[in-house]
Amino acid sequence: MLILEGCSYRYAGAARPSLRDVSLTLRDGEVLGVVGKSEAGKSTLCLVASGLAPRTLGGTLSGRVLIDGADTAGRAMHEMATEVAIGFQNPGTQLSGVATTVYEEVAFGPMNLGISREEVLRRTEASIDALAIRALTQRDPQRISGGQQQLVAIAGLLALAPRHLILDEPTAQLDPAGTRLVSDAIERLAAAGASILVVEQKVDLLAGICHRVLAVDEGRVTLEGAAAAVLGDPTLHALGVAEPSTVRLRRLGSEAGLSGQAIEGALALATSQSSRVNDA
Amino acid sequence: MLGGIIGPVGLVLLAVVLPALAAGVLRGLVRTSLLLTLPIAISALLVNLFFFPGGQQVLLRLGPITATAEGLEFALEILVRIMAISGAITLFYLTTRPQDLVVDLERRGVSARVAFVANASVQTVPAMVERAQQIAAAQRARGLDTEGSFLRRVRGIVPIVGPVILGSIGEVEERTLALEARGFTRPGSRTLLWWPPDSSSQRIARWGLILALVAIIGARVAGRLG
Ligand SMILES: Nc1ncnc2c1ncn2[C@@H]1O[C@H](COP(=O)(O)OP(=O)(O)OP(=O)(O)O)[C@@H](O)[C@H]1O
Ligand SMILES: [Mg+2]
Repeated sequence: MLILEGCSYRYAGAARPSLRDVSLTLRDGEVLGVVGKSEAGKSTLCLVASGLAPRTLGGTLSGRVLIDGADTAGRAMHEMATEVAIGFQNPGTQLSGVATTVYEEVAFGPMNLGISREEVLRRTEASIDALAIRALTQRDPQRISGGQQQLVAIAGLLALAPRHLILDEPTAQLDPAGTRLVSDAIERLAAAGASILVVEQKVDLLAGICHRVLAVDEGRVTLEGAAAAVLGDPTLHALGVAEPSTVRLRRLGSEAGLSGQAIEGALALATSQSSRVNDA
Repeated sequence: MLGGIIGPVGLVLLAVVLPALAAGVLRGLVRTSLLLTLPIAISALLVNLFFFPGGQQVLLRLGPITATAEGLEFALEILVRIMAISGAITLFYLTTRPQDLVVDLERRGVSARVAFVANASVQTVPAMVERAQQIAAAQRARGLDTEGSFLRRVRGIVPIVGPVILGSIGEVEERTLALEARGFTRPGSRTLLWWPPDSSSQRIARWGLILALVAIIGARVAGRLG
């Protein structure tokens, strides 16, 4: 369980804090979504929750970050790394830069943890299968597409076997099939008891996998609750966050004067067809 | 007269040519080490042949300058030394993947950070070259002149160097974050997945080379070699 208690964070040299008095609880086995417009502070929230801000980044943090009830204030970053894994928006800069093959890239994290060779190999194999990148294992990680790099980067995080996983726009460069692989991996990891914080623009993805969702604006949490409730909240639209397609269709339907029953019927038909397309 | 070069020539044959032949890289070795050393070899040859101080036995007189036998002997000695050094370095370069070297160093206790820097530099240079080419292409597409006269090309480089370096520095922070988040700064040794195989014949050869080195130094100090 990962808890933020009244966290405010200001980047080194910045005039104003980018995160203001944020509190959240990330429970074991839970997927928590984060939405908000550009510059809202979503990435900053991820950095604070992972411990990178202020340990590696500098800046000033007030408030507390707790893991399983214990304050993390005195812990070094490499100790945090065994508890919390974090993936960033840009897959290119997340690669270690020293691996000559995708296989070594995925293994890089667990190799750092000083666990046995057999365990490193087991985790690497499992992560490669989880993201279906078996065909890439012998390729040079610098010479695969951005979407492929994103899958490789996420596999590298899964290989750390983190109890808490933070993903900052993990599907930004992915096509629908890649997005599906990532969301499946998230759901599986959560089912195994890990807690996951995921920032996403793709609200349909969040609607599908999140238990709860937070909306962030100007460094503050402005909405928090069950995924369907937050994503369907009309104020979210005003914050500049897209509506999930079901919410949008309901709204457009009622604006066009359709009966509630007609809208739900059309939606049921549409979702059954789109899931058939996805399965194909 | 050739006493001073028999040793080094033997060494080049034994320690450079034979192994290169065994590894099947002799052609590449000759080509690369010639390219590397030709300029310095030629100038060393000319300077010593004609301007060796205290040369007595005149071989050839060209106006005011004379080639002496002592000069020739010394020049040949220098040449085989250059061949030995460049040959050994080229042989190493042609037969060893940089990554293998780095992994092996790490296995032998070199710190993971030092190994990382070595490894990352090896991998980054081609990436930076590629990036420079991409930026150059992009700037050309926007009408920048990277061809034509020398001065125009120099001026054309400026808008390319900026993004290459700044891009790299801006990425450094993100890379640092990602590395730390993946536990890279954990003290203690890392788990290595593989390392280059080290056969007993290789080990014997290495110890043999060290013993030979000690023996040569000893013989030299005792005054038995030139
Ligand atoms: N390294 C930094 N130094 C100073 N200020 C920063 C830094 N990184 C971000 N900020 C500022 O912090 C605020 C929040 O930025 P953040 O990157 O967290 O937004 P975001 O919600 O992730 O946006 P996006 O959707 O564009 O990724 C912004 O005002 C931004 O300018
Ligand atoms: Mg962001």
